[in-house]
Amino acid sequence: MKKNANLACEFIGIKSINPFWLASAPPTDKAYNVIRAFEAGWGGVVWKTLGEDPAPINVSSRYGVHYGQNRQVLGFNNIELITDRSLQINLDEITQVKKDWPDRVIIVSLMVPCEEEAWKNILPGVEATGADGIELNFGCPHGMPERGMGAAVGQVPEYIEMVTRWCKQYCSLPVIVKLTPNITDVRKPAEAAWRGGADAVSLINTINSITSVNLETMSPEPSVDGKGTHGGYCGSAVKPIALSMVSEIARHPETSTLPISGIGGISNWRDAAEFISLGASNVQVCTAAMLYGFKIIDDLCDGLSDWMEKKGYDNISDFSRMAIPNTTDWKHLNMNYKRIAHINQDACIGCGRCFAACEDTSHQAILKTGDIDNREYSVIEEECVGCNLCEITCPEPNAIVMKDIDTGKPHLSWLHHPANPYREEP
Amino acid sequence: MSIAHDIQSNRLLDAEINDNFSDMTPPLTEKQVLVASERCLFCYDAPCIDACPTDIDIPLFIRKINTGNAHGAAKEILSANILGGSCARVCPTETLCEQACVRNTCEEAPVEIGRLQRYAVDHLDRSLPYPFTRENDTGKHIAIIGAGPAGLSCAHQLARNGHQVTIYEAAAKSGGLNEYGIALYKLVDDYTQKEIEFVLEIGGIEIKYGQALGRDISLKQLRDQHDAVFIGIGMSNVNALNIPGENLAGVEDAVSYIRDLRQESSLANLPVGRRVIVIGAGMTAIDIAVQSKKLGAEQVTIVYRRAQSAMGASLHEQELALKNGVNFVCNAQPTKILGDKSGITTMEFNRTELDENGKLIATDEIITLECDVVFKAIGQKFSSSPLGSDDKPILDHRGRISVNENYQTSLSDVFAGGDCINGNDLVVEAVDHGNKAALAIHHQL
Repeated sequence: MKKNANLACEFIGIKSINPFWLASAPPTDKAYNVIRAFEAGWGGVVWKTLGEDPAPINVSSRYGVHYGQNRQVLGFNNIELITDRSLQINLDEITQVKKDWPDRVIIVSLMVPCEEEAWKNILPGVEATGADGIELNFGCPHGMPERGMGAAVGQVPEYIEMVTRWCKQYCSLPVIVKLTPNITDVRKPAEAAWRGGADAVSLINTINSITSVNLETMSPEPSVDGKGTHGGYCGSAVKPIALSMVSEIARHPETSTLPISGIGGISNWRDAAEFISLGASNVQVCTAAMLYGFKIIDDLCDGLSDWMEKKGYDNISDFSRMAIPNTTDWKHLNMNYKRIAHINQDACIGCGRCFAACEDTSHQAILKTGDIDNREYSVIEEECVGCNLCEITCPEPNAIVMKDIDTGKPHLSWLHHPANPYREEP
Repeated sequence: MSIAHDIQSNRLLDAEINDNFSDMTPPLTEKQVLVASERCLFCYDAPCIDACPTDIDIPLFIRKINTGNAHGAAKEILSANILGGSCARVCPTETLCEQACVRNTCEEAPVEIGRLQRYAVDHLDRSLPYPFTRENDTGKHIAIIGAGPAGLSCAHQLARNGHQVTIYEAAAKSGGLNEYGIALYKLVDDYTQKEIEFVLEIGGIEIKYGQALGRDISLKQLRDQHDAVFIGIGMSNVNALNIPGENLAGVEDAVSYIRDLRQESSLANLPVGRRVIVIGAGMTAIDIAVQSKKLGAEQVTIVYRRAQSAMGASLHEQELALKNGVNFVCNAQPTKILGDKSGITTMEFNRTELDENGKLIATDEIITLECDVVFKAIGQKFSSSPLGSDDKPILDHRGRISVNENYQTSLSDVFAGGDCINGNDLVVEAVDHGNKAALAIHHQL
């Protein structure tokens, strides 16, 4: 692949032509899909989770959606289980696809009961496929936890550590531990994975969710014969949650050297760059592909590669974690920093959204003048706290800009702020 | 019939004509509604509301549409404008709400307010109770003259307030211009009558047909018998060209032809000229030109004495005419119509130009156009004769009924609205007059 040569990268010793893998999910359920993905240009796949035979059976009606105003999918969830095909069929297909596509990464996602024998039994067959690594599915939040697997393991750090250790013991492949976001502090399971000897973590898995309720039938969606259950939420709506969790692990002293495969609502190259800047070494994509098909890989690669070239980054690691030093605790933020909104009258279309937002819900810092044919909105600078709300509500990209104000004051954090009764002396 | 006066019926097949007169702007699909409604920015102090004569809260109704609450959206519209359904179809939105839409600024494409309004009103859920209730009977009885948009909105508002209303209508049907004047392809499927049925559902409104002011009833009589009177009789006279040949066969009033067309059950029966000239530059001129084309006229030319940019018809309307194959000849002032007893053959014009003071003057250049039919569409006039001779309301500088801000005439118990008072002669404006007059009457009684 001559094109986008700067995207070639290595993750825990596994070489990949680009940092884009398809996450363990329906798109990687079988050889047919995976071959189509490789043909489209994806760097790798995490094969949909394998388990013990007999394979689980899925229900009909599996996905629920959270729409935006114009039917754009903000997020959706699923109540699917791990692969519903037999272990051997999957292992055979993996072996063949890996043989046919040697430059592409295949990671095998696994989920078996939390018993040493179960893991010991399944690992040799997986290793024999020639796959590049394994990913432990400790994240699936629906169905499988009721059987003591998936998130039921991921929510107990001791189990994570124990299973990870078994995998390292019975298998020579690199081990990625996939984390669930359905916990209070993602650093704890990450630490456990680290202690267990994991080569990397991947996160986030999907979030417990009910996307909607059918008000006619009073059934949660997706509805299975009039009843529903919580499913795993994914898509661009979860990106902010995932970004934060990735950064927490990257910033945490105990896990800061643990490689991260970033997952969660990555829909375009910009999202990918953001995950990488906050600690991910590569990224996994699922929902965007499920909504648009595998062809999006072209924009993911092209966009990221061109942006890197413009920025002078020769490879992914050049900008990996670059935003981490700027990600800090609230207490370290500069309280003497000041920004205020500025409304660019030439770009303002006069919708008044900023006024409604500020007047009704914020700081009454926008002035409305002129009559209806000549309306002008401007910022009352002394009232503006620089909250960004007006800029956020503004439908025009350049109409409201937040401008830094030079206060002439030195950096002052809450730690040292005179109003803090527990302030530390500098 | 000689080729020189080629006026005949059945120029097109019934099927062709029916197709030509189908809904010009069909309803938005559910998906289109979603896309269109999502574009509304829910402006604060929205310019579109200000641009709507009836002050419909447009952002609010569009938001309700977008959340799947079309019934709520319809209630929002109808509470401000009981004829919101027909206004959605006939309003020149491109010069009203949609012109004011802030989406024009950067995208040059307003939110499709008119079509969204139609969607909302069409989706009023009739399985739910009628959205308006009547106050307790006040014992007051108001006479309304004319069952057009002004009279109907006035009647509905008064009925809501508990008054008894009798509408005196000269024609055999109610609706006024909506029934007799609007181009057929803008209001299809007998929408006007369906809408009026909805208006009357409030109760307390009686319509007496065939009752023309000055012929069957007098203002004095109505004032004696009622607590207040609202006049909404529109304009009954048509401006004349005042040129030789105006009385020859083939010279027609656009308004009366449209009136016949609107009531004709088989459009192919209408006599249509092969070569049609339309004199005028307003909505009526466009309407008659386009409808002539749709009826099968070969050549339709709108002739206007000023430049095209000065036309009263909006750009949107002009484009509609062009799209339908209508020609425009501008800066041409009618001088005479030529023909013989059997009909007209040609019309002559003087080329005009603006002098150094910006005044329109005729030049020596003569333009001759062949024609079988000439439609006069140069405006209508209010006729005050039905008002009677004594105790009649004072007229204004345009010769229409003079009213104050409450739509009250010089007679304290007589109110007026619609095209018979000064304004822009729009349906939506008439609705507003009727509404406001009703509220003023209610407060006065």
